[in-house]
Amino acid sequence: MRARLGVAVRVAVALLLLAFLAWPQSFAPVFAPFTQNEAPAIYNQGSLIDLALNHLAIVGIATVLATLVAVGLAIFVSRPAGAEFLPLSRSIANIGQTFPPIAVLALAVPVLGFGTAPTLVALFLYGLLPVFENALVGLTTLPPSVIDAADGVGMTGAQRLRQVELPLALPVILGGIRLSAVISMGTATIGSTVAARTLGEVIIAGLTSNNLAFVLQGGLVVAVLAVLISDVLSGLERVLTRRAGRA
Amino acid sequence: MGMGGFPPILPSGGSMAIAAAPARIRFNRLGVLIAGLTLVGLALPFAAFRANRIVPGAGRTILEALPLQPAILLSLALLVMAAIAVVRTPLLLRLLASLAALSLLLVAMGRAATFLTPEGDALARISPAAGFWVLLFALAVLAADALAQLKLKPAYRIGILALVLAGLAAILWSGGLSDLSVFKEYANRADAFWREAETHVLLAFGSLLAALVAGIPLGIACIRLPGLRATTLNVLNVVQTVPSIALFGLLIPPLAWIAFAVPGAAGLGISGIGATPALVALFGYSLLPVVANTIIGIESVPASVGDAALGMGMTARQRLLAVELPLAFPIILTGVRIVLVQNIGLATIAALIGGGGFGVFVFQGIGQTAMDLVLLGAVPTVLLAFASAIVLDALVEMARQPTAEAAA
Repeated sequence: MRARLGVAVRVAVALLLLAFLAWPQSFAPVFAPFTQNEAPAIYNQGSLIDLALNHLAIVGIATVLATLVAVGLAIFVSRPAGAEFLPLSRSIANIGQTFPPIAVLALAVPVLGFGTAPTLVALFLYGLLPVFENALVGLTTLPPSVIDAADGVGMTGAQRLRQVELPLALPVILGGIRLSAVISMGTATIGSTVAARTLGEVIIAGLTSNNLAFVLQGGLVVAVLAVLISDVLSGLERVLTRRAGRA
Repeated sequence: MGMGGFPPILPSGGSMAIAAAPARIRFNRLGVLIAGLTLVGLALPFAAFRANRIVPGAGRTILEALPLQPAILLSLALLVMAAIAVVRTPLLLRLLASLAALSLLLVAMGRAATFLTPEGDALARISPAAGFWVLLFALAVLAADALAQLKLKPAYRIGILALVLAGLAAILWSGGLSDLSVFKEYANRADAFWREAETHVLLAFGSLLAALVAGIPLGIACIRLPGLRATTLNVLNVVQTVPSIALFGLLIPPLAWIAFAVPGAAGLGISGIGATPALVALFGYSLLPVVANTIIGIESVPASVGDAALGMGMTARQRLLAVELPLAFPIILTGVRIVLVQNIGLATIAALIGGGGFGVFVFQGIGQTAMDLVLLGAVPTVLLAFASAIVLDALVEMARQPTAEAAA
């Protein structure tokens, strides 16, 4: 009963979000109390739906690329051939987290110019860490009996990886992808400080023109999208965990 | 790769290890990578020369950026370093060699800045170029690898950090780097730099402190009241998804209203502009790791321990203070580590709403496309976060040890 209520709330929120993106002007009365001096209540310097799609595309591309590279690296350092890189890869992942996103963005600008490219690079780099950490946990904490059984039935290393280790580690890896995507949704807004076309544009326009309605709608759209993405991915995680448990 | 054909031109430190091993030299694969990077770094421009702070730079290789003798000395030192990295040498030697090479690299960069600046030219800017960054990265990776494999005790790790920071301070204090463009930016705004540094530390640590004061009791309450738990964690999870620039901005009006409407609030420093909204936003982001780790920490206390405390006649309050919280401490401390590193990074965003901090220089630098100014804000932020991460990782490990022994 409770679970069904949760789904209903989420569907309603998603529909409300779509309605807002499609017909933002009809929500003007909601945001009007947050404006001063007759300022526009709805972002008027571009299409919200375009910005939202662009935002999602940047986050999506960065997350997919980060997942491919991070899982590849985790597979490499969890094989005997790459074992000597394991401690180093852990400390690099640790050190990488200490770089603030805005610094990475600003320093990528001289190389890549203003716009979407530095944001994509920063999101990719930040996306690597959660996926790598989770993939490593998933691949290195499998019960030894499972590995022994796979070896016992005569699987090669590649077969064991594809048919046993990756499927069992998948729920944990997915948890990392979820974390990475949610963090990237927020970080992408910072990309607008270096002229990336994301929903951050709306927030920054609000901050610079002292229009709280813009800040609110930009922040809400990003937050709602992030929560929905997180919910979909954690639902998938639960399904996969159940399946991995049965297998 | 040739197996036995490597000529015996090894550094003296490496020969001890070789003497004990059979005649064949053993290679370190990461070392081969680092040596390759070192060669690339040596070939790329070491410093960039610009006639003023805005124009694009022109690269200068090591041989062009330094007088002949120091240039050859630096190149040779880096080649020796590469050799130490390629061959399997003792870890301590690898660590010391990489740290020595790192300081040499820094000093050489400062020297290059002095050498390349035309006499009496106040506008010319010398900054590190690609070659310097590649070399810095290669050496840092070597040092990180040696440290990771040495598996030093936490106290030693903090000691090494203190030594490295002291070395860095000595190089800075000697004025050897003062002709570098970043330090020219610093010299122009030294007062502002230290003021923003203070704000940055206040933002990051102040919000952490507030989150601990509020978050630990909240976590304890969540364990006692299951209804509160789901709601609290859900709300805090949602707070995490609100983009930082939006949250910072959204807090301005309510705080301005409080400052206006609540008597005495303005006197406490609460206001809608400045650091207060940033502090409150960082506090909001900090709560989830603190509350979640408090819950996990207390719940991971074995039931037998709780029973034993009960059997000894402890009250619930005594059990919490004397048994559960101390045992949960390492896990709560892990939460503190997450929060602190995250807050030091996020505090840079505060500058966007006039909250101050190192972000001021980053955003000014973006606005003026002056990368030296970006570095002036970014480098101290990274150093602060990095040092905090190392110290707290060490503290977490220290806190774990006594409990691990007690459990054994």
